[in-house]
Amino acid sequence: MSGASLRFEAVSARYPGADRDAISGIDLEIAAGEFVTLVGPSGCGKTTLLRTVNRLAPLTGGRILIDGSDSMAIDAVELRRTIGYAIQATGLFAHMSVARNIGVVPSLLRWSKAEIDERVDAMLELVRLDPVRYRDRRPRELSGGEAQRVGVARALAAGPRILLMDEPFGALDAIVRRTLQSELLEIVRTVGSTTLFVTHDVNESLHLADRIVVLHAGSIEQVGTPIEILRNPRTSFVEQLFAPDEAIAELRNEAAHR
Amino acid sequence: MSYILAHPERVAALLAAHVAIVASALLLAIAIALPLGIRAARAKNGAPLLLGTLSAIYTIPSLALLAILVQLVGLGTLPIFIALVAYAQFMLVRNVVAGLRSIDPAITDAAAGLGMSARQSLLRVELPLALPVILAGVRVAAVAMIALATLGAYVGAGGLGTLIFTGLALHHTDEIVAGALASAALAIGVDVLLRGVERLVSS
Repeated sequence: MSGASLRFEAVSARYPGADRDAISGIDLEIAAGEFVTLVGPSGCGKTTLLRTVNRLAPLTGGRILIDGSDSMAIDAVELRRTIGYAIQATGLFAHMSVARNIGVVPSLLRWSKAEIDERVDAMLELVRLDPVRYRDRRPRELSGGEAQRVGVARALAAGPRILLMDEPFGALDAIVRRTLQSELLEIVRTVGSTTLFVTHDVNESLHLADRIVVLHAGSIEQVGTPIEILRNPRTSFVEQLFAPDEAIAELRNEAAHR
Repeated sequence: MSYILAHPERVAALLAAHVAIVASALLLAIAIALPLGIRAARAKNGAPLLLGTLSAIYTIPSLALLAILVQLVGLGTLPIFIALVAYAQFMLVRNVVAGLRSIDPAITDAAAGLGMSARQSLLRVELPLALPVILAGVRVAAVAMIALATLGAYVGAGGLGTLIFTGLALHHTDEIVAGALASAALAIGVDVLLRGVERLVSS
């Protein structure tokens, strides 16, 4: 399996009843297998942009091409089954075991029970949870980090060509988050999905991204590799967003000189 | 107590009739309340008209409602059956709405994002998650209906109320107590049973 390419052409989205576009005039090309982070402050439109891909957010202008074909050409429900989706609150279904959560999309796609069981175990191995110990647990019996691993496993279970993640590690402490970030990179490299990852944490975006998309007030402020963005921030907004924390820098300095 | 021991067959037959009318009314009431509650839960404004109407029905004194129904459909089982179904709506619909509304929006977002249709999301995720709250409504309704159904005897529907009303007419305290005890025991038994079911589904 490999990732799909994505192309946004003049994409805009406006929620019903809103008086302005949540995002507008988005032009963006993402290569197959690329890991792209969407960064910006609250309300910048990063989550909306992510959600236009699986049509959870209404496209009100432009179009999105997935491997060259218009995302509006197929039924939204069908489309979503081919796109992995993981969110911050994990969205795990409390009344289902870990195995059934991971098997949700394969079962929607009517895989056989044997195929689903096999895939569930493989996904648990992939996210480093022992299948024997975790298969039959309920979500409430998992730690935050474990739940998020299951969320990732569920998003990837049916071998999606595109993976959408909306602040999946937002609720985790820094150490667990760091571990999961590194593991995620490895996992995504293994499965080859093209990944869009929303975060407001610039360090997270620098750590994960092949390319970073900086959003501000519904428009793209800059697109570039982490190095390009750090070296040549195109606007003062980008520069400020990625500026190292001065207070911490000062403290470090002070500590070094004591 | 002595009446029940002296006439076990009569009490058992009346109990069976009581259970039959309550159970059938409860099943129909659930069949009506589920779709109503699902719609109300999805309505953006919270369906105040529907819930308002149901709560208005709920506040009509039961004897008055029964009197009106007798005028409309005559004596027998039918008026009490309709009254039971109507009274239960408020308790059932209210809990269906509460159960569905209590679900974290992130859960329904995940269900949609993973590719469930609205129907699949409802059947596989939302209703199972709302089930404990819905069942609590069923339990409260069932217990209230058991009490209310004793009035059925007054309009010729039979059931445990028969003991109470004939007892009152003939000044047989024993018979009144027997009817009261039997219906109370039934209510408590059903309550305990349904609490057990709730515990089973929410574990």
